[in-house]
Amino acid sequence: MIELFDPLKGERLHVLDETGGIVPGLDPGLADAELRAIYERMARTRAADAKALKLQRQGRLGTYPPSRGHEACQVGLASAMAGEDWLFPYFRDLGMYITLGYPLADYYHLWMGNETGLKTPEGLNFFPIAIPVASQIPQAVGAGLAAKYRKLPIAVVTTFGDGATSEGDFHEGLNFAGVYRTPNVFFCLNNQFAISVPRARQTAAATIAQKAVAYGFPGVQVDGNDVLAVHAAAREALANARSGRGPTLIEAFTYRMGDHTTSDDAARYRSKEEVQEWERRDPLLRFRLHLAKKGLWDEVYEKAVQDAAVEFVEKAVAEAEARPAAAPEDLFAYTYAAMPPELEVQLADLKAFLAEGRR
Amino acid sequence: MIMTMVQAINRALAQEMERDDRIIVLGEDVGRDGGVFRTTEGLLERFGPERVMDTPLAESGIIGASIGMTALGLRPVPEIQFMGFIYPAFNQIVSHVARLRNRTRGRFTVPLTIRAPYGAGVKALEHHSESTEALFCQIPGLTVVVPSTPYDAKGLLAASLRGDDPVIFLEPAKLYRAEKQDVPEEPFEVPLRKAAIVRQGKDLTIIAWGAMVPVARKAAEAAEAEGIGAEIVDLRTLSPMDRETFVASVKKTGRALVVHEAPKTCGLGAEIAATIGESALLSLNAPVLRVTGQDITVPLPKSEDLYYPGPERVLRAIHRLMEY
Repeated sequence: MIELFDPLKGERLHVLDETGGIVPGLDPGLADAELRAIYERMARTRAADAKALKLQRQGRLGTYPPSRGHEACQVGLASAMAGEDWLFPYFRDLGMYITLGYPLADYYHLWMGNETGLKTPEGLNFFPIAIPVASQIPQAVGAGLAAKYRKLPIAVVTTFGDGATSEGDFHEGLNFAGVYRTPNVFFCLNNQFAISVPRARQTAAATIAQKAVAYGFPGVQVDGNDVLAVHAAAREALANARSGRGPTLIEAFTYRMGDHTTSDDAARYRSKEEVQEWERRDPLLRFRLHLAKKGLWDEVYEKAVQDAAVEFVEKAVAEAEARPAAAPEDLFAYTYAAMPPELEVQLADLKAFLAEGRR
Repeated sequence: MIMTMVQAINRALAQEMERDDRIIVLGEDVGRDGGVFRTTEGLLERFGPERVMDTPLAESGIIGASIGMTALGLRPVPEIQFMGFIYPAFNQIVSHVARLRNRTRGRFTVPLTIRAPYGAGVKALEHHSESTEALFCQIPGLTVVVPSTPYDAKGLLAASLRGDDPVIFLEPAKLYRAEKQDVPEEPFEVPLRKAAIVRQGKDLTIIAWGAMVPVARKAAEAAEAEGIGAEIVDLRTLSPMDRETFVASVKKTGRALVVHEAPKTCGLGAEIAATIGESALLSLNAPVLRVTGQDITVPLPKSEDLYYPGPERVLRAIHRLMEY
């Protein structure tokens, strides 16, 4: 199906139109329960994200990169992943964490400034967030190589923004993936901005998806505000990866509704009108319309979803804030497998300093 | 068995790969060609292309991919063809290799060993004679190892491959075939984080590593003929450094001299001198001297010997030390 949408011809996969109707022939055939589950994940993502912004303004959370507007990308992709698959995220993946069962309390704990938020719980195949842009991409390919070597029928997914596609590591990673036909899914959330730099400044290529051609594997551009389109493309790319048919590049065309982070002010470089235009394409709105058309959404259901989301979020905040800060030992103990003598001396010195009541 | 350092490295790789199928060798030209210095010769034939991988020409990709392999439990041994080409991978090394254990509180560790030919003195092309080990020693979480003999190369490499920390294993190109030594055939480890006293002496301590160890030896022999006894400490692991061994030696001799190829300023000699000042000041009869490359770019072959420390410059420093 992916091959029917040629990025070099400017073709983009969308399944839901803006009234929530399905394009004939492209219904991915998800069960009602799954459709509602997807919607609930998107609602939780929106709520968790809004809460994070509130917490940041209150000084209870540090600098934070909001995910508003990316829910279809994040939830659509993650909903197609299996527990055995691996994720090498970037830093704006909240909906993937929520969908795949990464505790929200851990996520908040990280953005509150604690390394333990990066300690992926056992049994979850998440590499930690990547702040150096695109650096996770070759790493994801290495994991794909390892999966091949171990004959594991899994996919290794990595997410990144449009800015990342200008980095050398994007090129090196995808190039390796093509050469070795690794079981990777490269998912680009093209939200039109890398902080203030617009997408047109990242590359002269008409699309990001077409860069896959240069690496010898398929690329497809999808409507990133259409959760069913994202899900359909992801499902196929993941199946290709798991079955040995090699990697895929998916470019999800979406929009960063919020600022780059809470330290940014997007009003400095884009217009209110542009943002309002994208509000009309809100991923939750469109999917809600679709569910309503199928008789799966009404005001009663919506209230239940929102109430559940609030409870989910508040519980996570309480848990995150109840966790203790790192002890001095924690700062030293994980530098090496075994602490070298010099580090022991430095830790002892710090503890002595603290013991004097100084900081 | 008599072997060169190249053969010792080759042996160690083959033996460790035999006992641990998690070990993967990857890099440019490591497979079919056996490595441009032949250190990986025969490994492709023995272990196959899934375990000995000729990669595209992409250092950041090679190290990044190696990191990803460790996430799924493998223990890769990526080769960077010359230390001069490690810089594209510096981001992956500093931002990730060094700090993944810490930032994930031990959930992800990076048991890989990066191997690279290192150092000058082989009249190589531009950029092929780097000794920028200090850059890596400054990064918490990295282990930096430099063997100076075939025996140490075999044992230190085995220890690096078996350990759970990421290691930067720098192989002095000048010593690859300089010395043949009788080295045990069977697998053995030389401990990391332990310096070795390779020559005993009572008058001064020379601290050196890699190709500067034989240089120090030649100077020490000349000094011996003049009645000066030089002790030589081969650091072997540059980071985390074994301070105890050289501090104890300096407390005994009262004089210290560091010899390294790398440029003087902010080289490891500075760290060693500071340590000696902190821990053995009252034992010193002279300042800690350093014989090093100057603060210049490594010259091209025709002028390399103006930069590269040789026994004469070391002997001059020994005389200066003894005059205090």
